[in-house]
Amino acid sequence: MNWFRDFLLPPGASTHVGEMDGLFMFITWLTVFFFFFNGGLIFYAVRRWRRRSAKEVTPHITHDTRLELVWSLIPLAVVMLIFLWGFKGYVKAWVAPNDAMEILATGKKWVWEFEYPDGTRTLNDLHVPVNRPVKLVLTSEDVIHSFFIPEFRLKRDAIPGRYTELWFTATEPGIKQVYCTEYCGKGHSDMLARIFVDTPEQYETFLREGDEQVRKMPLKELGRLVWENKGCATCHSLDGTRGQGPSWKGIWNQTHRGADGGEHRVNADYIRQSILTPQAVVVQGFEPIMPTYQGLLREREILGLIEFIKELQ
Amino acid sequence: MSTAIPSAHAHAEGGHAPFLQHHFREMSQQFDAAKIGMWLFLVTEVLLFGGLFVGYGIMHARHPEAFMAAHHHLDKTMGAVNTVVLLVSSFTMVLSVWAAQTSRKKLLVLFLLLTLACAGTFMVVKYFEYSHKFHEGLLPGKYYSHKGDTVPGQFLFFSFYFMMTGLHGIHVLLGMAAIAWLVWRALKGHFSSAYYAPVEVTGLYWHLVDLIWIYLFPLMYLIS
Amino acid sequence: MSEGVLYAGAGHAGRHADYLEEPKGLWSWLTTVDHKRIGLMYMWSVLFFFLVGGIFALLIRLELLTPKQTIMDAETYNRVFTLHGAIMTFLVIIPAIPAALGNFALPLLLGAKDVAFPRLNLTSLYVYWIGAAMAVATLALGGVDTGWTFYTPYSTTTGGGVTLMVLAAFVLGFSSIFTGVNFIATIHKLRAPGMGWFEMPLFCWGMYATALIQILATPVLGITLLLIVMERVLGVGIFDPQLGGDPVLFQHFFWFYSHPAVYIMILPAMAVISEVIPTFSKKTIFGYKAIAFSSVAIALLGFLVWAHHMFVAGISLFAGAIFSFLTFFIAIPSAIKVFNWIATMWRGSISLEAPMLFAISFLLIFTIGGLTGLFLAALSTDVHLHDTYFVVSHFHYVMAGSNLIAFLAGIHYWWPKMYGRMYNTKLAAISSAIIFIGFNMTFLPQFVLGSRGMPRRYFNYLPQFQDLHVASTVGSWVLAAGLFLTAAYLLASFRQPKGAPANPWGGRTLEWETASPPTAHNFEGQPVLQHGPYDYRPEPAPVGVKELAH
Repeated sequence: MNWFRDFLLPPGASTHVGEMDGLFMFITWLTVFFFFFNGGLIFYAVRRWRRRSAKEVTPHITHDTRLELVWSLIPLAVVMLIFLWGFKGYVKAWVAPNDAMEILATGKKWVWEFEYPDGTRTLNDLHVPVNRPVKLVLTSEDVIHSFFIPEFRLKRDAIPGRYTELWFTATEPGIKQVYCTEYCGKGHSDMLARIFVDTPEQYETFLREGDEQVRKMPLKELGRLVWENKGCATCHSLDGTRGQGPSWKGIWNQTHRGADGGEHRVNADYIRQSILTPQAVVVQGFEPIMPTYQGLLREREILGLIEFIKELQ
Repeated sequence: MSTAIPSAHAHAEGGHAPFLQHHFREMSQQFDAAKIGMWLFLVTEVLLFGGLFVGYGIMHARHPEAFMAAHHHLDKTMGAVNTVVLLVSSFTMVLSVWAAQTSRKKLLVLFLLLTLACAGTFMVVKYFEYSHKFHEGLLPGKYYSHKGDTVPGQFLFFSFYFMMTGLHGIHVLLGMAAIAWLVWRALKGHFSSAYYAPVEVTGLYWHLVDLIWIYLFPLMYLIS
Repeated sequence: MSEGVLYAGAGHAGRHADYLEEPKGLWSWLTTVDHKRIGLMYMWSVLFFFLVGGIFALLIRLELLTPKQTIMDAETYNRVFTLHGAIMTFLVIIPAIPAALGNFALPLLLGAKDVAFPRLNLTSLYVYWIGAAMAVATLALGGVDTGWTFYTPYSTTTGGGVTLMVLAAFVLGFSSIFTGVNFIATIHKLRAPGMGWFEMPLFCWGMYATALIQILATPVLGITLLLIVMERVLGVGIFDPQLGGDPVLFQHFFWFYSHPAVYIMILPAMAVISEVIPTFSKKTIFGYKAIAFSSVAIALLGFLVWAHHMFVAGISLFAGAIFSFLTFFIAIPSAIKVFNWIATMWRGSISLEAPMLFAISFLLIFTIGGLTGLFLAALSTDVHLHDTYFVVSHFHYVMAGSNLIAFLAGIHYWWPKMYGRMYNTKLAAISSAIIFIGFNMTFLPQFVLGSRGMPRRYFNYLPQFQDLHVASTVGSWVLAAGLFLTAAYLLASFRQPKGAPANPWGGRTLEWETASPPTAHNFEGQPVLQHGPYDYRPEPAPVGVKELAH
């Protein structure tokens, strides 16, 4: 009867699928059975004991304790079985293995934003390696959203001010649909994301070069994205305001005076050096507090930043 | 399923029980029904306040410092005076019911008026408390504008303070209206040992209003 | 069914005119304290809002005919499904059976002249009308787009008439509480002489259990709704995470009422079915006490299961397990009832009149509705199915299918008693079949949509779901056709003479002992109970004599 399961459920693609599908089909058959069982009894009773004369006398049967016990205790046993079965699957889906890769997923009207362990961020497209446990830590910036992946049989609410968790191991490469399942307003039904379950090679490529969105983006735009998402914006303003670090406005081709007194022209090499070894030159009047971005930014992202700064006149 | 028999009490004719409604067979049945109805209503009241108490408890548990700091703005003396006033009013209400049961019309009116006076005192004290809070900017939610707080989040306490004492205050006002109505009926001589259900059920309601304050007072004024 | 039959027994002088005729005039209806008139006014109000909510339902289904925009934009769609849900829940399903049929039938079944507090009863109707007017007035404020569940923080941050709608639901809660208080006091104090608790018709047990929930749960909803208003108006902070509050707390509060409220919807339906099946099987109810106690058990258990709406909302593993475990216990009393009803039909003398056809529809639909609840009570399957069309379909099977079909069964059962007129029974049989088919056509595909992953409250959907959506939409037209047919022949019955006999179905409960329609005071004098409610023996045992179990 695999066709029936395939009719009712989407294809399964995570390690949680077996547990849930087994129980789902069990209750389905139970429902089908009792529908026809009750329906059959009613149909039989109506056929057999249809009123033929107004004078018919019926037996006066008030109750039958044994029979009533039977139809109380058998359902009780069945539902307890279902409870235990459902609990088992829930516990398994609850406790993530220790080696699970952790990704932060933030819902906001009406997009999902993902942040990977290396600081990479993506919008609506989540890349995960196949056959590796992944833990999603969910939260929301505005109202409650819910992260639902039918093919993984998983769902969890993303709640503002809280962190909830969801974990899975994808079992086959491909693209999986994600829906928002907590009503969140006008764009609720368009708050769709996709999970790209990558082969190890594809995943390596993604980590090295970013996802397709990033790879296709013009350098200047990529630079702005990096400025927004990788923490640059916290200290470096674009409008000349003094922050923890010097503003980027109009610095291209200008001269920075270092804390050691030396003069440095702001060019591509200087910017690259400031990103990767920030303590090499600290601009006079600022604290040496910038962390290194060695290994956290891809080459293309550094080029993007340089292009971005170049344009900030 | 039945035989219809003419009921002896069918229409309460003859005026021997002027307050017996047509669908009751006798006064005791009507009285019991009224009491059941009031008790059920009180259950709904307890649950209504219960929701706020639970909400208060949860927020208190999450922000203990803020609640502790905020409650110092309350005037314990005024709260205690109001507690005593309400307790006295409960006592005079009990006496009212007794006076009605024993057909003492003058005493009934006197005790009802005393209860009303206590309730009025409570509301006056409440007015002074509220106006003090308004003046200081100790207001609920986004209207909170008190200066010089050292602990953040105190507005949460005042959200609950105003919601709970406000809802309770509305109940006191409704109780006062009911008692005034009783005074009017008592003056017209409606109540006697044969008929005092309205006094009794209003009394039940009034005791609940007092009881809620008895819980509100330590909860709000005496946090430790 | 000639005129002669009706008036034959009423030859004696001084017979009062029936309650519909005397006193006359609109004002006499608006100021009446007669439970029967109040019941009828409730019934027509509920039916009017059923029509309104139904039109919204048809609009929703029409919009979902295609994956993208069909007849309205996303914002309109969100307002339409919110109004559909709010109207159907607060204005139709909750008052349908208790306030309409219960008000009409309960005192008659108890052999009483009225409910305990007739003026409170009229007040509840006016409160209902005020609440309804407020709900409708939200349209003028730009509608409400929160869904009928008002989840925070969405409901505290979105625009439109949310505050008014929430206040409307608050006001409607009072109407529900008044009815509940009235019914409990009535059942306690106004039973006919000789009627012990276990000689009450089971309808009264169902109403009693319902009233318990109305009294114990509605105030909590009331305060929750007030807190939303306070959050919107004052920014009190209890549900707002940015102010130190907790949006999930709202869900706990909300479902503490609204899950028991689901049983405000199903218990009265079961109560009607428990009357209809013995009458049309001409056989005593099987397992009276089991049915009575299972109503109360469902009412009480209903308070312990609210968080099963929150298995994916970040409640703890332990809480999830407890609430799932307790939820399964609701299945047992429900199963007991279904089997007892079937056992009542067994070896009976079954007559397939319209009320019985609706009752059989109920049995089948409730079987599906109940069993699909198991998917949602079980933790692992709920994680997949929560907030999908599976849930939508499940609660329509229970709330719409079971409740409204039982409501129709009750209307068809007591129509001759209400108006003294019979409807066209052939058309009634046909329409019961059309409604059954239309209902299943509409909602069976939604189970599959849901299990395949279609989320609820979606304006756009992926093309892969379209076939099933089309099937569902076509089903909604069949369902609507059946309901319009029902409305047509019921209204047409007013053109018939008042010829319905006092006891058209051969029922054994007290309402059939008085004329159709009854006089204003229900009975000529005080009826005294002679035998149990479903005793169909030629010589029934008098009440008070304990029988041995056979």
